[in-house]
Amino acid sequence: TDTVPPQVVPGADPSARQLCFAWGPAEVLVCETLFSRAGRSRSPCPSRSPCPSLFWGEGRAGAAARALTGSVAGTGDGAPSSSRVFVVRRDQDIYIHTLRKLFNESHGIFMGLQRSEEELAGKSRKAQLVQVSKNYRSVIRACMEDMHQAAVSTRDPALQGQYSTQVSILSAMELIWNLCEILFVEAATAGPLLLRLLDWVRLHVCDVDSMVREVLSSESPSKHKLFWNVVDVFVLQGRMDEARHLLSKEASANPASMNMYKILDDLMKKMPVPSLGNIQTLTELELKWQHWHEECQRYLQDGTFASNPHMESICKILLGDEDAILEKKELMTTWYHFLVTRLLYSHPTVKPMELRFYAQSSMDLFLGGESSPEPLDMILMAAFEFEMHQVIKECSIVLSHWWFVAHLTDLLDHCKLLQSHNLYFGSNMREFLLLEYASGLFSHHSLWQLGVDYFDHCPEYGRVYLELHIERIPLSTEQKALKVLRICEQRQMHEQVRSICKIMAMKALRNNRLGSALSWSIRAKDAAFATLISDRFLKDYCEKGCFSDLDLIDNLGPSMLLSDRLTFLGKYREFHRLYGEKRFAEAARLLLTLMTAHIAPCSFWMTLLTDALPLLEQKEVIFSAEQTYELMRCLEDLTAGNPDKQKFQDDDVETTKVEMLRLALARNLARVIVKEGTVEGS
Amino acid sequence: AMEDVSAKFVSQKISRTRWRPLPPAALQPPDLFATGSWDNEDNRISIWSVGDLGNTGLNGEYHGEPHLLCDIQHNGDVMDMQFLDQERIVVASSTGTVTIFRHHQNNQTLSADHRWAKAHYHVDQDTSCGGAACTGVVCNNPEIVTVGEDGRINLFRADQKDAVRTIDNADSSTLHAVTFLRTTEILTVNSIGQLKIWDLRQQRNEPSQIFSLAGDRVPLHCVDRHPNQQHIVATGGQDGMLSIWDIRQGTMPVSLLNAHEAEMWEVHFHPSDPDHLFTCSEDGSLWHWDTSANVSEKPSFLHQGGRSTAYLSHSTMNQSVVSAWLSNDPTKDRMEITNLIPNQTLSVNSLDVLGPCLVYGTDAEAIYVNRQLFA
Repeated sequence: TDTVPPQVVPGADPSARQLCFAWGPAEVLVCETLFSRAGRSRSPCPSRSPCPSLFWGEGRAGAAARALTGSVAGTGDGAPSSSRVFVVRRDQDIYIHTLRKLFNESHGIFMGLQRSEEELAGKSRKAQLVQVSKNYRSVIRACMEDMHQAAVSTRDPALQGQYSTQVSILSAMELIWNLCEILFVEAATAGPLLLRLLDWVRLHVCDVDSMVREVLSSESPSKHKLFWNVVDVFVLQGRMDEARHLLSKEASANPASMNMYKILDDLMKKMPVPSLGNIQTLTELELKWQHWHEECQRYLQDGTFASNPHMESICKILLGDEDAILEKKELMTTWYHFLVTRLLYSHPTVKPMELRFYAQSSMDLFLGGESSPEPLDMILMAAFEFEMHQVIKECSIVLSHWWFVAHLTDLLDHCKLLQSHNLYFGSNMREFLLLEYASGLFSHHSLWQLGVDYFDHCPEYGRVYLELHIERIPLSTEQKALKVLRICEQRQMHEQVRSICKIMAMKALRNNRLGSALSWSIRAKDAAFATLISDRFLKDYCEKGCFSDLDLIDNLGPSMLLSDRLTFLGKYREFHRLYGEKRFAEAARLLLTLMTAHIAPCSFWMTLLTDALPLLEQKEVIFSAEQTYELMRCLEDLTAGNPDKQKFQDDDVETTKVEMLRLALARNLARVIVKEGTVEGS
Repeated sequence: AMEDVSAKFVSQKISRTRWRPLPPAALQPPDLFATGSWDNEDNRISIWSVGDLGNTGLNGEYHGEPHLLCDIQHNGDVMDMQFLDQERIVVASSTGTVTIFRHHQNNQTLSADHRWAKAHYHVDQDTSCGGAACTGVVCNNPEIVTVGEDGRINLFRADQKDAVRTIDNADSSTLHAVTFLRTTEILTVNSIGQLKIWDLRQQRNEPSQIFSLAGDRVPLHCVDRHPNQQHIVATGGQDGMLSIWDIRQGTMPVSLLNAHEAEMWEVHFHPSDPDHLFTCSEDGSLWHWDTSANVSEKPSFLHQGGRSTAYLSHSTMNQSVVSAWLSNDPTKDRMEITNLIPNQTLSVNSLDVLGPCLVYGTDAEAIYVNRQLFA
């Protein structure tokens, strides 16, 4: 990992106060805390200075500050008591572009894990969990590939550098995850443990791969100047067949030393290795191993390989000679490779709990006091020590987003490895990290949908977090609103459902889309709002004398019952339809019911009575005597009972209207008495 | 089979996927499709080639997954998208703008050919804000019809600058989708469960027919017409229900089929094999509805395990037509329904079928291509 000088966020003063961070996938919030620099013990990174520095090249805040379009949000008046919040945002679109694949693909795996059967017992459950772990790793690798492709195809050297850094961060993530998979998820036991660690080293120590390729593809590998280096690489990684194959080429070129080759080849062939099939017991293996070890020892002591320093050194490696192995430091490149090589040739049946001793001494020997361990080394060491919480903590500090720790912790939790660990504020670590990760997703313009499922699987606080976050999603189109609404409805979040529908109904109302507004309030079953919209319709009608949005009002159906006013609107429109179809008797009955059953608001009675006028004036008598009396009572109630009498006194038009109505009612009464008398009499 | 499906994560939520139409009498399957994204800070129209399944290309690279040919920035969410011809795509935007993009196949680029800014709008077309989302577009070269949240219907011609015809306030609720019934007639669906027929020859600004769901007026989100029997229309609703309508009679659907658990975003009859129908939904599923077993003359497909056969009862049965979709014979009333995406969690926003190929896109930022639909 390269070291980049520490960067500070412009405007923030880490020398005076400690800073804290909250970060989403694309931006980081930096905030000054109340803790002064004196309270060092509270710092998450006591050994490093100044605090918001860069850990792994492009890690966290430092990276953000570097590629920054930093802006200060909120007020920062500089008063000592006020804390300032800085929004630090990355410029690199492409960085998040690749990570989005990681977030989306792993979301599917996460959901699969939550659905997976806990009932599966013992081995099959473990196999299932190991498979999940492998799936997560393959997503990381796919992402690495992508980032690598981007690095290769770009021409901008600065950009290329950034991509390469991302590749190494992803590669480190996968390295850590793989080790956790071996030690925690699979919990490999003595024997298989070594085989797994060998695979791990082979997969991740790739610095020598190009050298191996170069030698193998050369015309005559045994003449190549790096020939012995490649043989050593194979031996150090326990790739015996490949090493023997190469050696056989050299042997055929040197018939003189054929015997020496044969002996070494035989030793390498005979080397006992643990098997996965568990056919042999560990004791059997140890016996065979002891025997083989003694044989190697004999050949070394009797000087069989003395004439060839390369072969002699290989034999020493086979014997687990630490100095001989350490001589090949450059070929191993890391202390953990050294550790695994050492285990292979000295302690092939190492037990999980013994790892910590060998790991510590391997690191000390390998680094030799020349360089101090880096964060990655500390994390791997913590894993070898089976300090799971330490691994998660260190990764949280070092990595630039919560993806890694949240998913790893969730997986370990499903392995039932974290249950005893509760945090002081109530929720457990799994939930804490998932909440942080999902909150980060919600801070992103597009990734918020993924966050929902993560909140769903946080039993303690997930619901509250979701409620708070979902209300902050901008509802730019109806389609988006429908999606947010669906999320809320599925989770019975009535409060949020109502608020979304209200927002959308208000928007529609502002745009004069009464129909849309009404369908939103019907969806929320928001009676008050439906009333408000119905009033708008009625007001429009009173002003224009005709209905707008007939297609809607004529098709209200059962939703008409949502509010009284809506019922009235629907029924009143029905009256107009009946009237238009010349079904006067039905129309008259409906009109009267609207008033007598108090469906119509009082303010609308005058309009209704006025609507009765043409019916009263029809040639044929429509209102019965009883109905006419009721109409009269309605009119008198309206004029007498209304405390606001000025309205009628001041308004000539209204007065005339009342007079006309009284006249029409009286005439109708006269006609109906005659008619009814005649009918009854006949 | 699932192994024939190739997937690609594309780092943008996909709102539309469309196959490029095949030239007349083409024998080969479609090889190019377009996608549009939504809810991104930077939305895009992209053209993809499906690549060769399991084959290696000329340069030796593996072409198993869709391969990006070119893309272009698009202002606003892509709400709908339709190929006008082999080279031009009409795109409906959440900003209310309708754009024709041209795919230049010689140098693999995209460019905007023509733009009707704020074809859909609230209140006033000329103010700086006030665009209303254009929710649906349908083409019958050179004619283009668009509908929107503003309840407006626009008729454009690809070669004319201004709208040929606009019906303001055609619908008091949101129009969600549009399709051609005949060359001069269109079908629209809206947010209060109505299906309407509009005759564009008539100057009246009213639909010639209104069909409506009974009961709760559940919003309808998508509509498609049977390619051969034009009176058969399928719609999908907010409750995930599939409705089949016979527009020659009645005002209610012929059958209501329980389908998805959330909004049905698209419904498509297979263009050349209309016994098959495909629907996708917010609930993350994509269903294949197969009525071919109904028609005795046709050989039925062999169905392997995992597929379910459902017997569905139709809500109303007043048909005497020999069509699998309107069939009222209970013994023949049989449909095979297969969910093509088990365990998906995020919405499948769009699908398109052409020949043996299916393409669909999701909110999980992935596109999927299945090239052996009937294998």
